[in-house]
Amino acid sequence: MPLRELVCIRCPRGCLLTVDEETLEVKGNFCPRGKDYGMKEVSAPERILTSTVAIKGASLPLCPVKTSAPIPKGKLFEGMKAIAEVSIAAPVAAGDVLVKDFLGIEGVDLVATRSFKKEGN
Amino acid sequence: MSGKVAIVGGGAAGMAAALSALQAGAEVTLFEKGSALGGILNQCIHNGFGLSYFKEELTGPEFAERLADKVRDSAIDVRLDTAILSIGKDLSIAYESPKGSGTLRADAIVYTAGSLERSAGAIALPGDRPSGILTAGQAQLYLNHYGYLPGKKIFILGSGDIGLIMARRLTLEGAKVLGVAELCPYPNGLNRNIVQCLEDYDIPLYLSHTVTRAYGKGRLTAIELSEVGPDRNPIPGTGRRIECDTLVLSIGLLPLLSLLRPLGLRKNLAGQIEVDDSLMSSLPGLFMAGNALHVHDLVDNVALEAETAGREAARMALGERASGGKELLSKAGDGIGYLIPGRIRESGEEEVLFRFRVRVPNKDCFLVFSQGDKILKKIKKMSIIPSEMEFVKIPKKLLDFSQKTTIEVKLCH
Ligand SMILES: Cc1cc2nc3c(=O)[nH]c(=O)nc-3n(C[C@H](O)[C@H](O)[C@H](O)COP(=O)(O)OP(=O)(O)OC[C@H]3O[C@@H](n4cnc5c(N)ncnc54)[C@H](O)[C@@H]3O)c2cc1C
Ligand code: SF4
Repeated sequence: MPLRELVCIRCPRGCLLTVDEETLEVKGNFCPRGKDYGMKEVSAPERILTSTVAIKGASLPLCPVKTSAPIPKGKLFEGMKAIAEVSIAAPVAAGDVLVKDFLGIEGVDLVATRSFKKEGN
Repeated sequence: MSGKVAIVGGGAAGMAAALSALQAGAEVTLFEKGSALGGILNQCIHNGFGLSYFKEELTGPEFAERLADKVRDSAIDVRLDTAILSIGKDLSIAYESPKGSGTLRADAIVYTAGSLERSAGAIALPGDRPSGILTAGQAQLYLNHYGYLPGKKIFILGSGDIGLIMARRLTLEGAKVLGVAELCPYPNGLNRNIVQCLEDYDIPLYLSHTVTRAYGKGRLTAIELSEVGPDRNPIPGTGRRIECDTLVLSIGLLPLLSLLRPLGLRKNLAGQIEVDDSLMSSLPGLFMAGNALHVHDLVDNVALEAETAGREAARMALGERASGGKELLSKAGDGIGYLIPGRIRESGEEEVLFRFRVRVPNKDCFLVFSQGDKILKKIKKMSIIPSEMEFVKIPKKLLDFSQKTTIEVKLCH
């Protein structure tokens, strides 16, 4: 049974967890939240990806973006490649969907996180 | 009193202070030297903001925009592109904008000008003086606003949150982050950032290490990484050379206080402006909040603190401030880095909210608040770390204002 050690990040105590990679049994957690964290982190770790996309006609050349929900940790670099292909034009509002079903993941969109007016002409 | 409140700086603190001063009935003018509201939040494009204030996990720009929308829809007089040049003892504010300069006589001021990054001068690296050394905040601004990647092979000095966030961001953008060195034997950033910014990308964290030399004639070509002893001094002979083209410094933030220097305000031992429990400094009418008061790791706490300062400033400006009664002093005792407030008024709110940080990480210990021999509150802590700010509320009725004895908080085992 392969064991993995990781630090729980759900609270500042930072318990050192040992998770069985097959049975997903968690040890070392002081509270139940650590069990949940350990199981998720080992079975299907996910992260929200944030970056920027090129924007035309705004006060800055870049508009910040995020995935509307966490995506698999293993897909972060693939996500960065896909983001590099995106370019938009002002105006844009925070929350606007720029790419639907980002990386083909159903229900996860790439959304703008800042609003920009159209500048000048 | 006409009830005029002026806010210096339009970051999270300034906006939250302005909104609460307005709500408390003041006439509010907010000055921001940049061309947008939001301050540092606009360049912090990562998520992790707002969980307690907006009950939702937001990125920095989203958090800023929520507050900025409220400010824009309000009666607050917002002056963008307007820098404050000086603040007088009579609460007059001299400002300058492309449209011209002027003075505003305020009845109360909330100072929310944010913080400054410690830069290369603070560590005085021996060796060459090449280009390619910059602060984490500068790297963040260049990359997130203009798409400029500062280098390809990057080393980071300091494990504060900004450095950790930038380690991940630079890696995702294609740079190779060779490692993060931390002088202390423990990391200075939040645990979640150690995991999600370093461990996720196999970036090594060198605890009890520092950079002892920079090499390179024009551009940085390498650094020397050395181990430090318990006294935090480099151990001779432990140096090793790491080839890199960029050194990013994440060695801490300091409140930006240059504008306040001529006022001769009282400071605490940590060098922060001393305030009472209404967040008023030793100059009556001048209130402090946000990173200008003490450096925060969570913007949610910045906004809450600024709401208090804004409300209290409005009360002052409107002549509604509770007065009378005595004052007690309070101080950081053993194991505590700093304590805010430094003075507690008998009048005003019924509770004092203490804000402080411990000096070093501790497990299974107690925080003890006392006045002389009397223990006011004892709190058990399973774990406590300097990178997380602590908040403790104590009812004023537990304090004895008839004595002069100082309130103290310390860490005990
Ligand atoms: C890189 C970084 C990452 C962070 N990550 C997180 C995170 O993940 N989660 C979280 O909750 N918090 C995070 N924080 C903390 C939090 O975002 C900040 O503490 C908070 O935004 C600070 O707000 P502030 O209003 O005090 O300062 P600032 O945002 O710095 O605002 C100060 C404002 O004052 C203006 N100003 C200064 N001088 C003058 C003058 N003379 N005249 C007019 N205007 C002036 C400046 O232009 C600026 O807009 C992070 C902070 C940093 C720096
Ligand atoms: S297991 Fe519980 S107590 Fe331990 S770090 Fe995780 S959340 Fe905190």
